Amino acid sequence: MKSYSQIVQGNKRTDATFVAAGLVLLLIAMLTLLALIFDLASQGIPRLSWDFLTNFPSRRAARAGILSSWVGTSLVMIVTAALAIPLGVAAGVYLEEYAPKNWVTDVIEINVTNLAGVPSIIYGLLALGLFVYGLNMGQTVLVAGMVLALLILPIVIVATREGIRSLPQSMREGSYALGADQWQTVSRHILPSARPAILTGAIVGLSRAIGETAPVITIGALTFIAFLPPSPVQDTIPFINFDWLESPFSLLPIQMFNWISRPQASFHVNAAAAGLVLLSMTLLMNSVAIYIRYRLRKVL
Amino acid sequence: MTVDPKSPTTSESQRGSMNDLNLSQLVEGRGDAQAETGNALRADVQNLNFWYGDFQALKGINLPVHDKKVTALIGASGCGKSTLLRCFNRMHDLYRNNRYDGAINLYPEGDNIVGPKTDPMLIRLRVGMVFQKPNPFPKSIYENVAAGLRIRGINKRSVLDDKVEAALTGAALWTEVKDRLGESAYGLSGGQQQRLCIARALAPEPELLLLDEPTSALDPIATAKVEDLIEKLADTITILIVTHNMQQAARISDHVGYMHLGEMVEFDLASRIFVKPQKEQTRAYVTGRFG
Ligand SMILES: Nc1ncnc2c1ncn2[C@@H]1O[C@H](COP(=O)(O)OP(=O)(O)OP(=O)(O)O)[C@@H](O)[C@H]1O
Ligand SMILES: [Mg+2]
Repeated sequence: MKSYSQIVQGNKRTDATFVAAGLVLLLIAMLTLLALIFDLASQGIPRLSWDFLTNFPSRRAARAGILSSWVGTSLVMIVTAALAIPLGVAAGVYLEEYAPKNWVTDVIEINVTNLAGVPSIIYGLLALGLFVYGLNMGQTVLVAGMVLALLILPIVIVATREGIRSLPQSMREGSYALGADQWQTVSRHILPSARPAILTGAIVGLSRAIGETAPVITIGALTFIAFLPPSPVQDTIPFINFDWLESPFSLLPIQMFNWISRPQASFHVNAAAAGLVLLSMTLLMNSVAIYIRYRLRKVL
Repeated sequence: MTVDPKSPTTSESQRGSMNDLNLSQLVEGRGDAQAETGNALRADVQNLNFWYGDFQALKGINLPVHDKKVTALIGASGCGKSTLLRCFNRMHDLYRNNRYDGAINLYPEGDNIVGPKTDPMLIRLRVGMVFQKPNPFPKSIYENVAAGLRIRGINKRSVLDDKVEAALTGAALWTEVKDRLGESAYGLSGGQQQRLCIARALAPEPELLLLDEPTSALDPIATAKVEDLIEKLADTITILIVTHNMQQAARISDHVGYMHLGEMVEFDLASRIFVKPQKEQTRAYVTGRFG
């Protein structure tokens, strides 16, 4: 029989082996990512400049900029967030709190989970057939936002449900025991407590949407566009306008894709620089989410 | 119901167990309750049956709940105490396949709490509940106590301030938290959290307060505070409490119902249940010789 100290030593060895293996694997993943970012940065940073951000695309690589595509990406993201978050949260709350538990909801549940795995180009085809041709909505910012919203809707729904499901039943009972109705319970206790999980889901979804190319190419994102959509703010009443929704658009990933597929190396440098901008926008989005989460935690 | 003519000491010497002695001493001071046995009822359970799906958890329960008294439910684990308590505020309605049959009349009107036409939300506005494990909301101390008031449409700051203070004072927590009302309720100790939950239930001034083993997660000092509190509260509201602790039941309750396997074996004054119960089964349980 082994002595206790031998057993402990053996356990420690197993532990150490696992830690070492984990570290190595983590390093491989991190280094790959770092190498990618470093490569992108070393190519792209020299090209980054104010002009690059404020110029329209051009046939000459040195004069080309990403104004129309980063503006396009921002506007489409606004539409996507404005559609996907409220719809996804509402659907998640409905499924989790209100829906009767029967086979219909079971089928919906399975479908929602599977939708998250549908290849994004399928969404593009759906949007092309339904929104662009069927409803004649054109190849606009709105349609791009809609298709990306559809794409990430399952992610938001699933995150909302998971967030709600992880809350203790004692919270619901506490609320109902005070005489609350279902909406009071949901709006005062369930949703606020599930907010961090929902926010995480929303950001994961938006981070995916911001880099998508396939569905937006399918519905006809432009790669060469030398004007901006109309400004969402104006100086006359009512100060905001929604004409930009109807505008054609370009997006950063599309612009990158276009530049990459050209033979000249100078365009590849442009693509790397645009990639850095895209990466920063994603990081910015994430940090906003982290900030909001931090604020929420502070005010409970 | 007749008053037990024998003094606690006599019955104690008759049976002579250490346990009896403690319990009878504890109920001794509660003679005043005996004189008031005939007073008004706040609620009355009549032939109540309850099913979790196919499983019948309550069988033909009868139980009077006297107004402004503490009624304790005792019995072995799994006998249906919580199930019965949760019928009083229709908590079972939150889950599927639960079924009530019979009546719990809530006085003065005599509405049947478990009647199919009764709105559970209306009942819950009148009947408060404190759970076994403290379950404060992840909000500030103030907002926890105000939650029930806000549900009732009270949002005026001055009114809320007064009622929150009154409820926290009533729950013997005010002095401990008055300087940190805006802080998270999660920062309170377990005992403080439970008193906060009591304050939360008290703030809307319920007619009947349900307590499901409110001290089982608390240390002796916190338990003593909550027990003091319950005794004091019974001056103004009716309390129905589930407890596993015989000493506690003897200390704080006026009436006791002993349950076994979904049935109400015996209901009587605490002084009789703990000193001279009618049924051998009850005696075995309260003296700790439960088989
Ligand atoms: N949700 C449920 N579904 C099915 N059966 C249940 C459910 N909750 C409780 N029961 C059963 O009902 C019976 C009574 O349970 P209850 O929780 O009322 O007991 P209790 O007297 O409160 O016990 P304890 O003292 O351990 O809290 C038990 O046999 C239990 O297994
Ligand atoms: Mg119980």
